[in-house]
Amino acid sequence: MQRIYIFKRFERFWHWSQAMLIMFMMLTGFEIHGTYTWFGFQRAVAYHTSAAWVLITLWIFAIFWHFTTGEWKQYKPTMEKAAAVLRYYLTGIFTNAPHPFRQSTLTKHNPLQRLAYLFVKLVINPLIWLTGLLYLFYGSWSSWGLSWLSLEWIAMGHVIGAFLMLIFFIAHVYLATVGHTPTAHIKAMVTGWEEID
Amino acid sequence: MTNQRTIIGALIALATGLTILGVAHAAAEPALSAASTKTINDAAPKPTSSTADHTKFEVLQAEFKSGPEVTKACLTCHTEAAKQVHLSKHWTWEYKNPDTGQVLGKKHVINNFCTAVASNEDHCSACHIGYGWADDKFDFTVQENVDCLVCHDTTGAYKKLPGLAGHPNYETMEWPPKSGRLRPPTDLKKVAQNVGQTSRKTCGACHFRGGGGDAVKHGDLDSSLETPQRYLDVHMDADGLDFACSKCHVTDAHEVPGSRYAPTTTDTNGAQMRGSKKIRNPVTCQACHGSAPHGKADAKLNDHTKKIACQTCHIPAYARGPRHAKMSWDWSTAGKLDEHGTRIKTRNSIGKVEYDSNKGHFTYDRYVIPEYQWFNGKVKYTLFGDQIDASNVVKINEFLGGPEDPDARIWPVRVFRGKQMYDKGLNTLAVLHTAGNDDTAYWKNYDWDKALAAGMKAVGAEYSGSMGFVATEMSWPITHMVAPKEDALKCEQCHAKGGRLAGIDGAYIPARDRIVAMDMAGFSLALLALISVLVHGAMRIFVSSKNKD
Repeated sequence: MQRIYIFKRFERFWHWSQAMLIMFMMLTGFEIHGTYTWFGFQRAVAYHTSAAWVLITLWIFAIFWHFTTGEWKQYKPTMEKAAAVLRYYLTGIFTNAPHPFRQSTLTKHNPLQRLAYLFVKLVINPLIWLTGLLYLFYGSWSSWGLSWLSLEWIAMGHVIGAFLMLIFFIAHVYLATVGHTPTAHIKAMVTGWEEID
Repeated sequence: MTNQRTIIGALIALATGLTILGVAHAAAEPALSAASTKTINDAAPKPTSSTADHTKFEVLQAEFKSGPEVTKACLTCHTEAAKQVHLSKHWTWEYKNPDTGQVLGKKHVINNFCTAVASNEDHCSACHIGYGWADDKFDFTVQENVDCLVCHDTTGAYKKLPGLAGHPNYETMEWPPKSGRLRPPTDLKKVAQNVGQTSRKTCGACHFRGGGGDAVKHGDLDSSLETPQRYLDVHMDADGLDFACSKCHVTDAHEVPGSRYAPTTTDTNGAQMRGSKKIRNPVTCQACHGSAPHGKADAKLNDHTKKIACQTCHIPAYARGPRHAKMSWDWSTAGKLDEHGTRIKTRNSIGKVEYDSNKGHFTYDRYVIPEYQWFNGKVKYTLFGDQIDASNVVKINEFLGGPEDPDARIWPVRVFRGKQMYDKGLNTLAVLHTAGNDDTAYWKNYDWDKALAAGMKAVGAEYSGSMGFVATEMSWPITHMVAPKEDALKCEQCHAKGGRLAGIDGAYIPARDRIVAMDMAGFSLALLALISVLVHGAMRIFVSSKNKD
């Protein structure tokens, strides 16, 4: 068993604060959508909006960090071993087969993770941010020449983004438990150190 | 030691010095402030804002015998006043809507209260700012026929009585009729010598009592606004801002803006600057508050002004005072008399007239939640002669506008419902001769045919001889009784299923609206993902436990 330091301090801070914010925004967001009543509409909107600004700030730092450290390369898509990893999660994991992917500081994520995170970063997040900011700045549409937009479409786009995020969240939380022990990946995300064979 | 003593001595000296200075200062101060207050407070009593004391006017020392005599006296100084009044809707009771071409005004419209002025002028003109409008022969060009006092009285002693064609009583008179109470002659000299600016009380003499009584017509205007508390109206609050009507209805040359015949439902301007030459309605909320009145913390509320009138949130209900607003009027049951053939009047548990032989059945309500609808300021009336569909509810006036209309906003509306007379042969709303001391007046003889024939004749039509009752609705924009901001609607009152705006189409309201299929798909996929990972996890646990065996 070997230990390698793969998640830097900022990365861990970013991950966990983003996780908290996304959970909170899903809770408040689906209340604004009318799925249930918990905080009350007014407070749900206020909380959702404040959390959005915090998350945007966090994102600005995260994007800066990804580009200055070159870590963005971790999300470059690759199909190499993708099929093997998929096969591992569908069958190999039940027969104690070895994981076909070997983590390193240069390749933290297996090919499926890369694809999933890239999808989050290039599809789900932009969809949520674009529709969310338009939603928030509804009052400025006419001065921005966007009067042709429909609030309903924007809201629906935002809700679609929320559903995609919810599905990602469910899968992500579960897959965090598939390390060599159920808590191995979670510990690594807390301490930064991953144990590998 | 010596050093210590020197220091203590110096300190004592300093303390003594400061004390003396303090005492001297304290002694000097009251003397000084007494002197300064004397110059301000002991001067003559605070002057009135008016520059004229009408009790000193020679022309007002006369023993006036009638209203027109007083007006003549007024006009000796206010030479242009009557000419101005002659141009106003308050005088003409006539308004031509430039959009629809319809000729409106009290003189022409039919409502679902007492229904029409024609043939009933001598009663209705108790709320006309003139003297002598008893029938269709009234001369609208005579200057001394203008009633200055009804608007400018400050004594509260001046009262125009129905049946006197716009005059107050000059002789001792029993009032209310058959009450056994005597009303002394109006002291015209006293009233004339105490004229002043209009007030909630003078405007309210008619506008709080339209439709034949207090709280009958508007719903958001009744006598509780004479001295309202902050709760009832944040602007008119008698202990606070204490606005007179004219504070918002800023009047120029006796033309009072703010008519509901062609109201301004949408105002995208900022607050109106003093001296601004821009021609705009000064009565709108925006004329003072601008279009983005909510502070930074509530900035989202400003976005709502694109779709919603200020009134929708800020007037959460009407008739919020102690008065019950009349809510419906059913003429179809009028005319029932007791075994002696005399008029019946029954009252409900709160003492309001429930049935009156003269008028039919009434209902009342308080804290009434308005109805909401898109409204662009354009109003279409059903006038006398317009063909109606008596099998449906006839809209006396229809507020136009829809979600696609940039000039439309969602407005709170009072809808007054009733059943009233129509001429089956002519297929039009009917004009009823209600009041009068003649054989044809309905309130005299309870004979529909006679009264309708007389009423229709007054508008130049011939009654077909066949009448019926038709359900009608009349809409009134709600704009008074503005609540303090803490009592404004809360977000949840619209942003919910079944909320205040449940019936509004064409606007996406978060928490009210969704695409059901999309929600189903989204939650189904999320559930599928959850089941998948749970099954996967269960299989892992099963396999690992088997491996251990």
